[in-house]
Amino acid sequence: MSSSPLFEVRGVTKRYRLPRTSVFARRREIVAVSRVDLDLNDSDSLGLVGDSGAGKSTLLRLLLGLEPPDEGSIRYQGEWRRREVQIVFQDPTRALDPRMTVAEIVLEPLRVLRLREPMSTRLSELLDAVGLPRAAADRYPHEFSGGQRQRIAIARALAPRPRVLLADEPVSALDVSVRAQILNLLHDLRDLYGLALVLVSHDLSVVRHLCDRIAVMHRGEVVEQQQTQSLFTAPTHPYTVRLLEAIPRLRWRPSPRPSE
Amino acid sequence: MRRRLPPSLLAGGVLVALVVLVAVVATIWTPRNPTQVDVVRRLSGIGQNGFLLGSDQLGRDELSLLMAGARTTLLVGVVTVVIAVAVGVPLGGLAALFGGALEEAVMRVSDVLLAFPALVLAILFAAVFRPGTVTAMAAIGIAFVPSFARVVRGAGLQVMEQDYVTVARGWGSGPLRLMVRHLLPNVGSVIIVQATVAFAIAILAEASLSYLGLGTTPGTPSWGLMLAEAQTYLAQAPLLGVWPGLCIGLSVLGFSLLGDGIRDLLDPRLVERMAQT
Repeated sequence: MSSSPLFEVRGVTKRYRLPRTSVFARRREIVAVSRVDLDLNDSDSLGLVGDSGAGKSTLLRLLLGLEPPDEGSIRYQGEWRRREVQIVFQDPTRALDPRMTVAEIVLEPLRVLRLREPMSTRLSELLDAVGLPRAAADRYPHEFSGGQRQRIAIARALAPRPRVLLADEPVSALDVSVRAQILNLLHDLRDLYGLALVLVSHDLSVVRHLCDRIAVMHRGEVVEQQQTQSLFTAPTHPYTVRLLEAIPRLRWRPSPRPSE
Repeated sequence: MRRRLPPSLLAGGVLVALVVLVAVVATIWTPRNPTQVDVVRRLSGIGQNGFLLGSDQLGRDELSLLMAGARTTLLVGVVTVVIAVAVGVPLGGLAALFGGALEEAVMRVSDVLLAFPALVLAILFAAVFRPGTVTAMAAIGIAFVPSFARVVRGAGLQVMEQDYVTVARGWGSGPLRLMVRHLLPNVGSVIIVQATVAFAIAILAEASLSYLGLGTTPGTPSWGLMLAEAQTYLAQAPLLGVWPGLCIGLSVLGFSLLGDGIRDLLDPRLVERMAQT
């Protein structure tokens, strides 16, 4: 890792102002992300874990460039962040415009970014890549199951040939039976296209299969960042230990650090 | 996935179709010339002297007048709704898109306009300009602008919260593209419902204004006008008041039912249920 990282996040803080509770009340602020440092290299896969409200999703929004951080800096060393960084959301129902066909949805980024591509060939490639039949092109999102919709969202994210794929709880809204399929798909696509992956999840077992490195977030801060294997065997932060203990197991195994 | 259509949609649809049909037929053919005066055979009863529904105080054929009146009614409805949609929808859309000061401005102005009853505005217009169908249409149309701006803003805000808008922003989709590509198609159903309801109110408003002598001027067939004229002869020919009243009532009912029916059909819960299957 001699070259500079693709993403360089340094001391990033993001606050949101809450609406006034009464006319005379002061506007309260919440700190969503606090003094976060992160590096992401090409073909890295980083897991972001933590419970809800820990700032994982906010950090993704900052990486996507939707809003600037209040403090600190996010450097993207690629060429064109809007094309090269794409996102997949948790709930594919909210992520796909119900009034657009699959073809329109998947090709929309190419149109907005004015990428010159042979549209119909590219569409077929993308549908093949995510395992959807080509006949899906002219249909609408509501005609598909949750897992298939998530495949549509993934195809759209891949359309502009990204280098970084951000995934915000990509399987949390899906039936347990299709979770593994979508996770395998993400795994295969990452290897196939050499994508850097940032996977947000509150579920450590999801992240474990896909990520080489895990950052644990708690109350806006990254409290621990380790290689996946060492995080599971030797967690250092008490919050990480709690997260690890929260993973349900079928058979009793000695936990990393017995609680009682 | 066939579902049963809401009964109000069917009933409303039939009534509206009837009004439209009559209005279309009236442009090509009416039993008699609706403006032809025949003082000798005035106030004929039903079927008398060849007047199917009788004749009015000037001996004009009542049925022909009613048919021609349907044209005026539909014209007023269409023009007012077009005015209201053309102004209200973009304003509401922009408010939802940009928020902030623009949204505040649009919403506060529409509050002021909403506080002003449509009929009062129309009377004001009739006083300032010349009373007539055009003046009435303009006034009613403008009075409807805020209701369209409000519903479009409300529905638009929901669209703007969706993740597909977030994704589109990530690529750098500008406000115009967000509006045309995502916002407007997704608020279309809300606009249709609002337009049908507005249509019903516009018919009633035009009839009221014409009745008060502030809308359509004598000479042009109009249900409201016929109602006003029938008042004088209510003792001799009570049916002359009943026919236009019935027409107004049935068309308002028709458009209201149609609006309700479309709303039921496009109910978000139903849409969601459809999406889940």
